[in-house]
Amino acid sequence: MQKQRPKHLDLTVIRLPLPGIVSILHRVSGVALFLSLPLLIYLLAGSLSSAEAFDSYRAVVAHPLMKLVLIGLMWAYLHHFCAGIRFLFLDVHKGLELETARATAKVVLGVSLALTVVLGVFLW
Amino acid sequence: MVNRIVVGAGYGLRDWVMQRVTAVIMALYTVALVLFLLTAPSSYEAWQSFFKSTWVQVLTQTTIVALLLHVWVGIRDVWMDYVKPVGVRLALHSFTIVWLASCFIYSVKVVWGL
Repeated sequence: MQKQRPKHLDLTVIRLPLPGIVSILHRVSGVALFLSLPLLIYLLAGSLSSAEAFDSYRAVVAHPLMKLVLIGLMWAYLHHFCAGIRFLFLDVHKGLELETARATAKVVLGVSLALTVVLGVFLW
Repeated sequence: MVNRIVVGAGYGLRDWVMQRVTAVIMALYTVALVLFLLTAPSSYEAWQSFFKSTWVQVLTQTTIVALLLHVWVGIRDVWMDYVKPVGVRLALHSFTIVWLASCFIYSVKVVWGL
């Protein structure tokens, strides 16, 4: 096919549709979780440490800056989880219709953000 | 139309399947852990004794192995998509392997209370 097609690869010009935003955020959250893996294992270690070490661990995770990081990671996990389930359904050809795909993308974005807010308020 | 000659390579299908299977394992583990958190008494002691039982340790370690395989496929895809110079990509792949291997060893120490 030798047809001239309009190309809009200028990232400042193209407008990514909602499913595209969910997709790139899936990737961003995945990389964020990858880089935070040692921190996440440390969090488990702290929660399982002896009573004395546990107190100093509590002080670490109670720091406001740490709490912000943890809420960020909470969102990354929730988004990666919800978007991942959506992708699994797309893999088995469920929800491929444009309308459905747009709706589920909206749900993924909304549910993970809403749960982050709820859990963030609860844990602060 | 792609005319490729199939010579026996996997074309990434195995990795693709592994990423999905490990995703399901992690999702099931997440659901189980959330159910525990919602039903169990929220105390330091309950959490500690929960993670002292062997079956929890085994399932946690298995899920972490699944996680590391999942991350390897995902992060490798990211490097392959965005990093074209072979040397830089090789360095990033190596970094990823070392990073994940370290995480595995750390996770063994933590999960089994060593």
